[in-house]
Parts: sequence; C-alpha cells; structure tokens
Amino acid sequence: MCGIVGLLIKNPALRHQLGELLVPMLVGMTERGPDSAGLAVYTAAVSDRHHKLSLYSGENAVDWPELLGRIAAQFAHAHEIETHGNHAVLTSAADPDELVRWLALNASAVAVLSVGRSIDLYKDVGAPAEIAERYGFKSLHGSHLVGHTRMATESAVTPAHAHPFTAGRDFCLVHNGSLSNPHLVRKKLEPLGIEFETDNDTEAACRFFEWRLREGDDLRTAVQRGFGELDGFFTFLMGTDRELLLVRDAFACKPAVVAETDDYVAIASEFRSLAHLPKISRAALFEPKPEEIYSWRI
Amino acid sequence: MANLKPVPMAREFDLAHDSLRDLNFFLHKKAVDAGVAQIHVRNPDGAHSIAVGLDARLDVQIHGHVGYYAAGMNKHASVTVHGNAGPGAAENMMSGRVHVKGFASTAAGASAHGGLLIIDGDASLRCGISLKGADIVVGGSVGSFSAFMAQAGRIVICGDAEDALGDSLYEAVIYVRGRVRSLGADARFEPMSDTDCAAVKSLLAQSGRSFEPAEFKRVASAKSLYHWHADADQEY
Repeated sequence: MCGIVGLLIKNPALRHQLGELLVPMLVGMTERGPDSAGLAVYTAAVSDRHHKLSLYSGENAVDWPELLGRIAAQFAHAHEIETHGNHAVLTSAADPDELVRWLALNASAVAVLSVGRSIDLYKDVGAPAEIAERYGFKSLHGSHLVGHTRMATESAVTPAHAHPFTAGRDFCLVHNGSLSNPHLVRKKLEPLGIEFETDNDTEAACRFFEWRLREGDDLRTAVQRGFGELDGFFTFLMGTDRELLLVRDAFACKPAVVAETDDYVAIASEFRSLAHLPKISRAALFEPKPEEIYSWRI
Repeated sequence: MANLKPVPMAREFDLAHDSLRDLNFFLHKKAVDAGVAQIHVRNPDGAHSIAVGLDARLDVQIHGHVGYYAAGMNKHASVTVHGNAGPGAAENMMSGRVHVKGFASTAAGASAHGGLLIIDGDASLRCGISLKGADIVVGGSVGSFSAFMAQAGRIVICGDAEDALGDSLYEAVIYVRGRVRSLGADARFEPMSDTDCAAVKSLLAQSGRSFEPAEFKRVASAKSLYHWHADADQEY
C-alpha cells in the first residue's frame, strides 16, 4: 500500500500557497505510507543557461560551501547552492550531465535526486509529517507537485527506494501498486545504455517512460505504450515541467480520486487527503477510470 | 388525554471533533438504550469504517464523503451517505438499507448477504462481487467485473456496464438497462419473465426510481461452469 498526492494550481495567485495546501494532503496519506515520503515540486524555471540539481546526503554530514568551492574550481561557470540540512539545490550553468558524473566520482556522499530547470525533489525515510517538517514543505511555492507516502512491499526502505523516482530532466513518477515484470523492462532498457540506481519496480516504469519521451513520444503516447510493456498493478502519477498525468491499470485496484475547481486540480489516493482544500465542497469529484489517461497542463 | 408516543431522539457527531471510535461505540452499544433512533454524522471527510457493524434499527445520516467500508456488515440499520463512498461500501451487509447519494468506489456491496444497497451515481469496478443475497440498485453505471462470482441476490443497473459483467455467476441475477460492453465467462442474456419484471419494478420503487422494467435485460448464469469438464480446454 502507498499514498499518492498531486496538486496543480491553475490560479497563479495561489502558487505561494502550494506547500501549505500540500502538507495536510501528504500527512493525510500517512496510514497508507508510514515508512517514507517524498515530493517533487515544480517551480518557475531557471534560465535557459542553467539547471537545478536536488542533492541529498542522508546521514552523511556534507560541508555544502566546501563542496560548492570544489565545484567552482572544476567548472568555470556560475553556481549557487541553497541548503536545508542534508538537502541542497544546486543551480549551475555547467553541463548537468558532466556535473552528475563529477559528483559521483568526487562527492560520493551526495546523491542526485533530480535534474531539470523546474523540478526540486525531496525524499527520505520516516513519517510523512516528520519529513514535511524536516524539509519545510509548508513554505514551498510552485505551480504543481507530485507527492508520495510509501509502505514498502517490493524492496527495501531506504531514501533511494522512496518515491518520487526521477529520470532525465524535469520528469518524475510516483506509484501505488506493484509491477510483476520490472526485471524484463530493465533487461530491455539496460542494453540501450540506461542505468538503474535501485532494484525497485517503480524505477523500471520511470525509466521506461523517460526513455520513450527521449525517443520522441509525448507523455500520453508513452503511457499508452506502457500498457503493453508494464505488467502489474499501478496507479501512476507523473510530473513534467508542464503537466501532471494520472493513470490506473485495467483492474484499478489502487485507488485515486480527483477534485477539480477553477483554482486547482488535486489528486489523492483517498478523499481524506482532499477534505481540507479550499472550496472542496464545490469541486468536481471523480474517480479516474481504468486505463484512461488523465492529464492537466499548467 | 391522547396517548403520546415518545419522540425518537436524534444525536449528532461531528468527526472534526468527535472520534470515529466514539461514534461507532455509541452506535453499537449506547444508541438503543439511550432511545436515540437517528444519528447525524458531520464532517466525515473520507474517514474509513464509519457506521460499520451496526446491529439495530437506527437511522444514520452521514453528511459528506466517506472512505473505505462505510456501513460494512450492516444489520437492521438504515445508513444514508449524502456524498460519495470509498471502496467496499456496505460490504458484507446482512440486512437493512444503505443509500449512497453520490458515487461508490470499487467493490460496493461485496459479499453482502441481505438488505438493500442503493447507489444514486456510478459504482466503480467489482460492484456486487461475490454477492450472497443482498439487492443492489445502481442509478448510474457499473465498472468492469461487476457481480463477479455473485452467488445470490439481485443487481439492478440503470445505466451501462463495463467489461466482464457477471463473470462466473452462480444464482445471482443482474438486470441492466443500458449497454453492456462485455459479459463475463458463463454469463448470458435471458428473456425477462413476469417475475423478473415484478422484481425490477419493486426494487426500482424501493429506490425511488420509475423506469419501465421492460427496458431492462436479464443477465444470469449459463451454468456451464457448474461442473468440471476434464475435456474442456480450460480457456474460460
């Protein structure tokens, strides 16, 4: 069992409340996912010349200013770092692939959680309320987000196994369910040069969709193709810098409910995570149908 | 002096402040002795297991949306949800009446033995799965695999049905007014008899609906799976 939440703000005046609206949604899914939680927040994009990397050091103490110094010595570009305990967002004009490679070799205590122009990513083990507090989710601003609370069934409870999973740029995915053929998917992707970071079933789905996006599919087409490739139970919620996409498998064992108003679209595994939202009593509420693709753009 | 009957008392629980455990404890152990016949529940906000396991002639009015298993295992009581219901509404109901005014999620009325479940909106997948004798009236449409392995009871569907309706049916009977995307293994359309029309008319009346019974089609078991065929290719 796991909990999924998503929120896309249609009314730009409410974007500064994104975090405030999110926290009760995430905490509302604690019973569905008490062991880890995570969040992808999409903010206004950095300039075309820059990328953002969300970095995480877990229990390792990292001297972020020292790391920034070493990065500056290596890459002759402008860099900025915003830190929050064991989490940092590095904004840099350097090539992000080169930065990721350099970090892997020279800062092994640091994991790269996401790369993009818009996405900031947080994930950790612990109760959702603690994680929300730890990383100050309440004060986050942005246009849309994808969140998850995890009750592990298929693989270990570690920050790396927590959701959202990311691949490529500005793409993330969360999953409630379990896939039965993640190893087959992986066997198909690895010969194409696609590298995996964990043995988690959800990562296979995330990398499959991102591969299709790089091959030129739009997200909807990629998901349509996924129906033939991914076997198992799923409610997936995906994010890009422009959209949220929600889809359930043919058996729809894993719940989801959507609330839409003029101001926002909110998605959760259960209504109890939506009950606090403004004007919820006037929202259009529905359950997504099996194998139907729902997407919303900012 | 006229013989005055005592007026049944009402009681209100607000789940924004009162605990679900206190509500269910009151419904189970206190309401009858306290002479309370009607209970209003405010701010259910999707909580699970509201009004489960009732065993008395209570009238429970829930004002809002409920989560999993609302009114599950109900016996005797009448439970009305003025909102939508999560998975497993009225599952294993024994008797009484459960009325969901909005839509119901998956497995509504699962394994219900008796009583009447009314869903004004749509019911999701697996509505009436393993039904054991209850009646279900769905004002809207039902999702795939509804009435899967239903053993006894009746399901009236005023809208459409998705895939595999009535798969592996036993003795339960389905009446469907709209389009059926596909029937499940061993389910078949059968002609409506006078008895069927009377049953549909009665169930519609009990749920406050007035369609013509003749608009409904009967779906029942072809009973070809009742006995094991060693020579069958096992592709059902």
